[in-house]
Amino acid sequence: MDGAHDMGGVPWSGPVRPEPNEPVFHAEWERRAFALTLAMATVGRWNIDMSRFARENRPPEDYLSKSYYEIWLAGIERLMGERGLVAADEIAAGRVLHPVKNVDKILKRDDVAAVLRRGGPTERETTRPALFAAGDRVRAKNIHPATHTRLPQYVRGHVGHIERVLGCHVFPDSNSRGAGEDPQWLYTVTFAGADLWPDVPDPALTVSVDAWEPYLERA
Amino acid sequence: MSSDHDHHHHHDHDHSELSETELRVRALESILTEKGYVDPAALDVLIETYETKVGPRNGARVVARAWTDPDYRERLLKDGTSAVAELDYVGRQGEHLVVVENTPDLHNMVVCTLCSCYPWPVLGLPPVWYKSAPYRSKAVKDPRGVLKDFGFELPPGTKIRVWDSTAEIRYLVLPMRPAGTEGWSEERLADLVTRDSMIGTGLPKRPHEVA
Repeated sequence: MDGAHDMGGVPWSGPVRPEPNEPVFHAEWERRAFALTLAMATVGRWNIDMSRFARENRPPEDYLSKSYYEIWLAGIERLMGERGLVAADEIAAGRVLHPVKNVDKILKRDDVAAVLRRGGPTERETTRPALFAAGDRVRAKNIHPATHTRLPQYVRGHVGHIERVLGCHVFPDSNSRGAGEDPQWLYTVTFAGADLWPDVPDPALTVSVDAWEPYLERA
Repeated sequence: MSSDHDHHHHHDHDHSELSETELRVRALESILTEKGYVDPAALDVLIETYETKVGPRNGARVVARAWTDPDYRERLLKDGTSAVAELDYVGRQGEHLVVVENTPDLHNMVVCTLCSCYPWPVLGLPPVWYKSAPYRSKAVKDPRGVLKDFGFELPPGTKIRVWDSTAEIRYLVLPMRPAGTEGWSEERLADLVTRDSMIGTGLPKRPHEVA
């Protein structure tokens, strides 16, 4: 979906502000929101693409007015609500109002290290050959799906070249909708900054994105 | 996104927002615990892991090894995931790692314009600026402007490559080894490697800065 999260190249006033000696978290609630998000993925069994869509699929004024972990919090609240794990009225009331739903598994303390170590690799075996090879010229399609996608707007419609073939990976556009992993070939595609933006300050700049095969067509 | 924690301008605003959100998170945790969905001890372990165990010191060790061991450097650039796993840095948000090398002619910078993708096993959780709108919007179009925000400039002849982490591949920059470090041990070299130098928004420290 087109949304405020897709920020590449968007004019934005104000500098990047590094914070000296920045702590990992800036408040206790950030710690808990972070950990709840990781822990509830085990219970709710949503995937990372569903999580991203739940965070991003909101009006720009909502997305832009929330801090990073406030967006995470809004994301899990939505995912939990959709699955009947916790309802909005329970969060508003601050207590349990509805029966507990049976869940297969929760994240126990002793499993945390193993779960983090395992992570969530996205590469999958395939017998289908890759359509493109390193050096091929490709155009990023000018698509604007209403559902989740990982093709940033600033490359859509532009021509670049295949830098690297990255293997066959879970396709977020499908996985985010619960429509299966539908693994697709993934490529690093490199664009000239001057092709993306006529007013690019440094004409020698190149920018690479990782793009799944369905995002690309031969150019 | 109001996540740049600009305490000079938005302190009061942040503060009031924070307490409201704090209450909401507390309520949520108690509901989830009461329902049996969450083991509070697991939350503590998750937080402790990323506050004290997994952070940019891991990446610094990878870089220092690449600086001292040419075979390791070659393996790292060829297959980042398995070379980093040799040091036992594996797992969540580092399942597929690609390492890109700076040279006198080429400088690499990593961003995630769509969210906050970042190589957790080697750098830990991303800093606020990395997740902020100014960085995510500017890095792909004006990386030299970003570097100025960080207080340094590259020679005009240095080519800049920006890597936008739009899939599940995570990128780590291998910065150049500073001059004047001949004969240094891996451990000493690791002290020169800053987090920002592995994102591409900084350079390693020079020897006199750690003396």
